[in-house]
Amino acid sequence: MSEANQPDPADPNEQITTDPSRPAQRMRAGSMTLTLMPWIVGAIALAVMPAIFQSNSAITIMNQMWITVVFALSYNMLLGQGGMLSFGHAVYAGVGGFASMHIMNMTDFFSALPLPVLPVFGGLFGMGLAMIVGSFSTRNAGTVFAMISLGVGELIAASSVIIVAFFGGEEGVSGDRTYAQPFFGNEFLQQIDVYYLTSFWVLLSAALMYLWSRTPVGRMANAVRDNPERAEFLGYSARWVRFYSFVASGFFAGVAGGLFAINYEILTEENLNTASSGVILLVTFLGGVGFFFGPIIGAIAFTLLQTVLSLQTELWAFYVGALFLATVMFFPGGLAGLIMMHVPAFRLGKAGLLVVPYIKTLVPAAIGTLGLCALLEMTFHVRHAATGDNEMTLFWMTFDSHAILPWIIAIAITVIGLGITRVTAPALKQVWNEANSAGGAS
Amino acid sequence: MELILVNLIDGLVTGLLLFMLSAGLTLIFSMMGVLNFAHASFYMLGAYFAYQISIALGFWMGLLLAPLIVGVLGAGVERYGLRRVHQYGHVPELIFTFGLALLIEELVQFIWGKNQMPYNVPDALNFTAFSIAGNSIPAFKIFMIFISIGIFIGLLFILTRTRVGMIIQAALSYPRTVEALGHNVPLIFMGVFGVGTALAGVAGVIAGPVLGTFPGMAFVLGSIVFVTIVIGGLGSLWGALVASLLIGWITTFAKSYNVAMSDILNGIGIATPENLSEHFLRDFWTVTSPQIADILPYILMVLILIFRPAGLFGKRKS
Repeated sequence: MSEANQPDPADPNEQITTDPSRPAQRMRAGSMTLTLMPWIVGAIALAVMPAIFQSNSAITIMNQMWITVVFALSYNMLLGQGGMLSFGHAVYAGVGGFASMHIMNMTDFFSALPLPVLPVFGGLFGMGLAMIVGSFSTRNAGTVFAMISLGVGELIAASSVIIVAFFGGEEGVSGDRTYAQPFFGNEFLQQIDVYYLTSFWVLLSAALMYLWSRTPVGRMANAVRDNPERAEFLGYSARWVRFYSFVASGFFAGVAGGLFAINYEILTEENLNTASSGVILLVTFLGGVGFFFGPIIGAIAFTLLQTVLSLQTELWAFYVGALFLATVMFFPGGLAGLIMMHVPAFRLGKAGLLVVPYIKTLVPAAIGTLGLCALLEMTFHVRHAATGDNEMTLFWMTFDSHAILPWIIAIAITVIGLGITRVTAPALKQVWNEANSAGGAS
Repeated sequence: MELILVNLIDGLVTGLLLFMLSAGLTLIFSMMGVLNFAHASFYMLGAYFAYQISIALGFWMGLLLAPLIVGVLGAGVERYGLRRVHQYGHVPELIFTFGLALLIEELVQFIWGKNQMPYNVPDALNFTAFSIAGNSIPAFKIFMIFISIGIFIGLLFILTRTRVGMIIQAALSYPRTVEALGHNVPLIFMGVFGVGTALAGVAGVIAGPVLGTFPGMAFVLGSIVFVTIVIGGLGSLWGALVASLLIGWITTFAKSYNVAMSDILNGIGIATPENLSEHFLRDFWTVTSPQIADILPYILMVLILIFRPAGLFGKRKS
C-alpha cells in the first residue's frame, strides 16, 4: 500500500536527505500524487473488494483480515519502528475490545453513540493501559522489555479468568452492535455494512500510523531502535521516545480490539492470551518488519493461510510454523523484504532477466514442496486416522494411504522437484547477481 | 506443622524441577545473550522420547537415552539454526526460538497426537516412601529430589572445579580472548547449548510421569521458566536455584492455604464494603490465594523487573 521510502540505514539510496541531482528522488520529494498513489489504490481496492468476493464468508474473512492489518501495523510500531519486541501485545487489543463491549452494553450511552465512533473508545482504553504499563516497561528495550511484556501479558490473561466483572470469566462478554445510534440511518445489521466500517477504520488508522512514522517522534523511534546512546547524545530521552511509540501503538491495538468487538460482538479470554500475542508477532514478522507495508502483506497472507489452509488440512499450524521458521532463517526481511529486494533490478531495468530462471527454479521447488506436504499428510493419515479408514483424499484424488504406489509417487515427485531446484539454483543466483549490478549486459 | 512439612517437600520437588530447566536456560543465556524460548519444548521432547523408549526398553533406558537424544537435537539446532540467525541480531534470534517452540509443539502433535500419553512411574519406584500425618510421600518424588540435587552438584563441580568448566566460564565472559588462546569457542557454545537442552530433557523424563505427557506441557511450564531466570538474575546459576525454590514454595503454599483477599484487607483495617455483590471491585475482594497461585510468579517478576531489573543475583545489565 505504501511506497518504499522507509529509511534503510544500510542503503544510502534510501536515506531521507534528498539529493536533487538524482531524478528519482527529485520526483519523489516533489510529487504529491506519487505519495498519495498507494493510498488511493488501497482505498479503491477496499471499496471494490466486496463487489468481487460477494459471499458472506468472503466478507467475514476480509473483515478479519483488515482487523489483523490494523493490529499488525500497531505491533510493527513497536517491533519494526521502535525495536521493541513485545510478547503481550494482544492485551492492549483485548482490553480495548472488552471496553468497547462494555460500552455496547451501556444502553443509554450507546444509543446516543454512532457505531463508527466506538473504536475510538477501544483505542483510548488500549492507550490508557499502555500508559500504565509503558511507564515502567519502556525504561529498557531488548530482553528486559520483552520479559516485562511477557509477564504483564500473562498476568492480564490470567486475571481475565479471575476478574469476572470486566472480563466476563470463561464465557467472555457479548453485546449487540445494532443498539447504537443509527449512522445516517444505517444500523449495521449486515456484514457488508460492518465491512465498510472496518475498511474506513483500516484506511484511517493505516494513514495515521504512516503519518506518525513521519513525525519527529516516529523518526526518533527509528534512531532509538538503532542506537539509543547516540539518540541520547542528540538530546532525546530514549525512554520517552519509546514511551510515546508504546502508547501510540497501544491506541491502535485498542482500535483493532474495538473493531473486533463490532465485528464479532463477543470477546473472550482468547483475545488477550499469549497465543494471540504470539500470532501477531508471527504475522508481523512474516510480512516483514523493515517496511511500513510489511505487516499489511503479512496480515493478508496469514489470514488467507489460516482460513483457507485450515479448511483443507489439520496440519495447517505445522505448515505455518515451518514457514515462519524458514522466514526467520532465510528471509529476515519477511515478504516485504523479499519484494523490495527486486527494486534495484527494476531500477536497472534488468528485471526481465530474472523471469526465466525464476520459473526454472521456483516451479520445481513448489512442486517438490507440495510432494513433501503430501508425504506429511499421508504419514499423518496413516498414524491418526481410525483403523480401517484407509482412504484419503489429497489434491482432489482419493487413494488408499496404506498402499505402496501413492508413497512411491509422492517420494518421486518430492525428490525430482527438489532435485531440479538444486540443479537450477546456482544459475538463478548468477542471473540475480547480474540483474543487480549496473552496466551493460555482459 | 505436618502440613507445612508436606508442602515444603512438594514445593521442593516443583522448585528443583524448575531449576533443572532454568539452569540450562540461564547457562545458554549467559553464553549467547539470547533467551531460548524453545527450552521448555526440549523438556517436552525429553518426556515424549522417554515414553517412546520406555515402551521398548523400560524406564531406566529412557532416563539414560532420551536426554542424550534431546541434547544432540539441541546442539543441532544451535549449529544449523541459531548460528545462522545470529548474524541478523538478537531480536531475530529470540523470534527464531519462539518459532521453534511453535514448530516443536506442532511436530509433537503430528507424531503423537493431541492426547496425553500413558507414561507412568516405573514399578520399581511406585510405592510410598514414608508418610507424614497421613499424607503419603511417593518414592518417585524423593527420586526426583535426588536426581535434581545430584545434577546441581555435578554442574557446579564441572563449572567451577574442572578445566572444561574453566574454559566455559572464560568463554562466557571473554569469547574473543579464549578463541585467541586456541580454543574452539563455537564448539563450546554448541556443547553448552546441547548440555542445557539435555538437562531440560532430563527434567522432561522425570516430570512426564508426574505432570503428564501431553502437547501442552511445554506451554504450561515454558513461561514460568523464563520468569524463574528473570527473577534469579539472567545468567546466574545460584539465582536460578533460589528463584526456582522460591517459586516452587510460593505456589505450593498459596495453593494449600486458602487465604482470601477480604481477610487480608480486613486484617490491615480496611472494612469490607457493603453490598459487595454490586461493588465494582467485587472480584478483587473475593480473590483467594489458590486462584492467584499461578500468577504470583508473574507478579513477582514484574515487581522485580521494576525495582531491580538485574534480578535477585544478576550483575549484568542488558
